[in-house]
Amino acid sequence: MTGLRYVYAVCRPFGAALQAQVGGVAGDPPRLLTHRGLVAVVSHVPEADFAEEPLRSHLEDLDWLTATARAHQQVIDALTAVTTPLPLRLATVFRDDSGVRVMMEEREESFLRTLERLDGRVEWGVKVYVESAEEQSAAAAAEKPASGREYLLQRRRRTRAGEEMWQRAEEFATRLHQALSGRADDARLHAPQNPALSGAAGRNVLNAAYLVPRDHSEEFVELVDRTKDDVPGIRVELTGPWAAYSFAGENGGTEDSREGRS
Amino acid sequence: MTAVERREIALVDLLDRLLAGGVVITGDITLRIADVDLVRIDLNALISSVNADVPSPWGD
Repeated sequence: MTGLRYVYAVCRPFGAALQAQVGGVAGDPPRLLTHRGLVAVVSHVPEADFAEEPLRSHLEDLDWLTATARAHQQVIDALTAVTTPLPLRLATVFRDDSGVRVMMEEREESFLRTLERLDGRVEWGVKVYVESAEEQSAAAAAEKPASGREYLLQRRRRTRAGEEMWQRAEEFATRLHQALSGRADDARLHAPQNPALSGAAGRNVLNAAYLVPRDHSEEFVELVDRTKDDVPGIRVELTGPWAAYSFAGENGGTEDSREGRS
Repeated sequence: MTAVERREIALVDLLDRLLAGGVVITGDITLRIADVDLVRIDLNALISSVNADVPSPWGD
């Protein structure tokens, strides 16, 4: 049995051993494939699941996607504990070891450049949510309107309150993003999250990632924490530290955006 | 970093990074899987399967 090669990340050679309990995608513990000055972190995965056609349909299966994404993340996390990995996009698959080697050789210079840029840095995610006008005024508008005219007045008040809230949230998010960018080496804006997917309350108005030196992370986190309760109706959420997923692209960011690539 | 709440990572946050971040590798020797437009996977299609009757797997 040979299987395909699933590549999680590329790193510089590192001395420490990977955490023993890392399962890996398809249950295959990650292996290190060293080629020249780089190490690819690889699992052997079955063709029945990871060839193009089955992969395409698996990616539409939420359970499969969840399990694969979590296994991928677990490996990246274990790597982050011992080195600064350059994570690859989910489900990057090669036919065999030599395919991985050719890829490493072709992109060697760019990998080394990016690894140097990311060295010793982690990614923090910061999201800002605003409670919708409906949620905000739900309590206030509990009393039934006495008339159609009263109803229209209430409605107008609610709309105005919503607009004001929205503007405050915009200003808050812009200010926060500026402040955090000033403390980070780099920043990226992700598309706001769909509340139906995240299950989070309120509307996501900022979904940003910041590249921060590991040594400065504590201050960065404190800065985020301090802003948390600044404005009523606005919620700030912090995630991380992540490997520098959002800063892995050659030009400093992801190589494409949510809007698609050319 | 004590003030940070540590919860299980939400799937959406993970997918923001795994599907939109990371190095995109293309090349003839790959199975062209990297070309599959992962970014455009219609996650909306997944929502219905989640919201149907099962509680959301990614918690709050």
